[in-house]
Amino acid sequence: MRRILSILLENEPGALSRIVGLFSQRAYNIDSLTVGTTDDTTLSRITITTQGDDRVVEQITKQVNKLVDVLKIIDLTDSSHIERELLLAKVFAGNEQTRASVTRVTDVFGGTILDMGKRSYTVQLASSSDKIASFLDMLRHESDIIEVVRSGTVGIGRGDKALKG
Amino acid sequence: MNEQFNGSELVVKALTELDVDYIFGYPGGSVLDLYDALFAQDDIEHILVRHEQAATHMADGYARSTGKTGVVLATSGPGATNCVTGIATAYMDSIPMVVLSGQVPSNLIGDDAFQETDIVGCSRPIVKHSFNCRDAQQIPTVLAKAFYLASSGRPGPVVVELPKDILNPQLKYTYEMPARIDMRTYSPSSKGHSRQIKKAVDAILGAKRLVVYSGGGIILSNTSEQLTELVETLNAPITNTLMGLGGISGTHPNFVGMLGMHGSLEANKAMANADVILALGARFDDRVTNNVKKFCPDATIVHVDVDPTSISKTIQAHIPVVGSLETVLSQLQSAIEKSALRIDRAAQESWWQQITAWREQRCLAYDVQSNVIKPQTVIEKLYKVTQGNAYVSSDVGQHQMFAAQYYPFKNPRQWINSGGLGTMGFGLPAAMGVKVAYPDADVVCVTGDGSIQMNIQELSTCLQYGLNVKIVSLNNRSLGMVRQWQDMMYGGRHSSSYMESLPDFVALAESYGHVGIRVDHPDELDDALDRAFSITDRLVFLDIRVDENEHVYPMQIKLGAIDDMWLKKGVKA
Repeated sequence: MRRILSILLENEPGALSRIVGLFSQRAYNIDSLTVGTTDDTTLSRITITTQGDDRVVEQITKQVNKLVDVLKIIDLTDSSHIERELLLAKVFAGNEQTRASVTRVTDVFGGTILDMGKRSYTVQLASSSDKIASFLDMLRHESDIIEVVRSGTVGIGRGDKALKG
Repeated sequence: MNEQFNGSELVVKALTELDVDYIFGYPGGSVLDLYDALFAQDDIEHILVRHEQAATHMADGYARSTGKTGVVLATSGPGATNCVTGIATAYMDSIPMVVLSGQVPSNLIGDDAFQETDIVGCSRPIVKHSFNCRDAQQIPTVLAKAFYLASSGRPGPVVVELPKDILNPQLKYTYEMPARIDMRTYSPSSKGHSRQIKKAVDAILGAKRLVVYSGGGIILSNTSEQLTELVETLNAPITNTLMGLGGISGTHPNFVGMLGMHGSLEANKAMANADVILALGARFDDRVTNNVKKFCPDATIVHVDVDPTSISKTIQAHIPVVGSLETVLSQLQSAIEKSALRIDRAAQESWWQQITAWREQRCLAYDVQSNVIKPQTVIEKLYKVTQGNAYVSSDVGQHQMFAAQYYPFKNPRQWINSGGLGTMGFGLPAAMGVKVAYPDADVVCVTGDGSIQMNIQELSTCLQYGLNVKIVSLNNRSLGMVRQWQDMMYGGRHSSSYMESLPDFVALAESYGHVGIRVDHPDELDDALDRAFSITDRLVFLDIRVDENEHVYPMQIKLGAIDDMWLKKGVKA
């Protein structure tokens, strides 16, 4: 099953590559990976989405935890959480009909049109990965997709609980 | 005004304060300033090797025999990459080691400069941690962290990369060593969870067929005495892994031998039939378990380890206990003494009767012939002539298994071998590291004609530093273990497993200034060993021509249960 792991680690050169290296050397796949600093600039936070049963995820979390740079790792999947991914998509919008339908679909999904070219629209949607997939399906139905870029998932627990240093 | 030091002096001063007595290394352009600083002091002795791989194995042998952290110094680029096999060897066996690697000056890093490699990148999968030290002022702190990480928790190798510019003798700094190391991301567990300890004790005392299975962790954590006390309290049968030999004396009545691929029948049978297995500092390696799906189906597994990743990695533990063995063993001992539960002595007696019956099959018996030297005999005689007191390092192959099977190790740290990585070429330099630590002890390298040639250049280092190890080479003119597998699994097709053009090892040893002794016939063996061990001021190379057709038995049958074993050619247990 799909898992979302959140990792707090030292914001130091090489720390990210240790994490990524660990995944590849132990043959765990990474579906998406996002990384950035936190409010504490000495710490980075990584969100990794991966696949695995409980046993695999237990090994992944233990192995990641064992890395000296890592402060904490949690599996967000089982607890109540919010996840978001950013999509930027350039779609064909060369005539009135597709312009209207792309605008309509973007509105329905709560996306934004960020830019227009003579023959294209660039749209943005920040949402769950599922919803982004549906949005892309709809866009594909209404128009031709020229270019897609996705940020990978970020996740955070719901309520007052926090992953902090 | 505080005294000022350059970067190289900071390294040396920090290493001295960190209690380093020996560095094993090889100079080169990027570390010449550091070598100049070493020249100017007497606290640390530098041992000049002939190949950096050997430096890592020497530091490793030094660490395994003393418990201290082994230290390696190599130059950037090829010096550093030559260390990789030794780092991986130490990583697999959790050996404390710090590898100081030179690096090209900071302004050239990333330019493919002369003798540049990204050694931190190259070694990343095989280190516990690594540091790019980019600021001379930070050298003492980085080294203190490196030594702390290498030796605490589950030990392991740490690489520290030192760019040439921070070692520059022109730039001076104050020396600031932190009073204590505080790393927010690193806090190895010590105490076992009290509820888990209780569960473990209930399982252990409730057992009818208990087996203690102990590994290299016992050696690394210096808990051999505690282990022995626990085993005696419980009167339990105990088996050691290859890495755990000497964790309890090899002649202890409760010791049922090594387990695993070439373990004893009684050890593997006991494991297979156990109802409770107490695993201590062992990691259920595939060379132990054989087919994990058939592994010890009736056993409740209590697994104690300082490293949580080892627990339930290959075999699901029913009662996991994370903690240092020193603490957990005393927790177990005191909880057992306080428990209201009592060992079922009647059940235990019948369990021991069963084990005795397995023992009586004498799985290590072998056919002795009069005209050819059996490798097993050599090890048995080695045990006699050294009275079981030698430090024995081995290379990797048949000779390694014979040494493990036929030399009962009395004490921890006496058996020095590359278990996890299985590194040929390890034996001689590792023995040299032991000899550096214990110049008066008998230090023996049990090797073969294949393995010894992987780092034979170190005979030169032995001469330079008077490292009078005994090399016992079980020369079978072939890569024995490869050949054995080819006999058993490849229809006897010996693809590239024989050694053509072997050197005259006696002449070779003599050309390096040592003593060489050739033994061709069983009748000569006793005298040769006596003579070798009577020579204490020279290295002795014993080139012993053994039976090339001998196989190591017992041997687990591939993909079977732990106790599915071949006892001899074509004979199953």
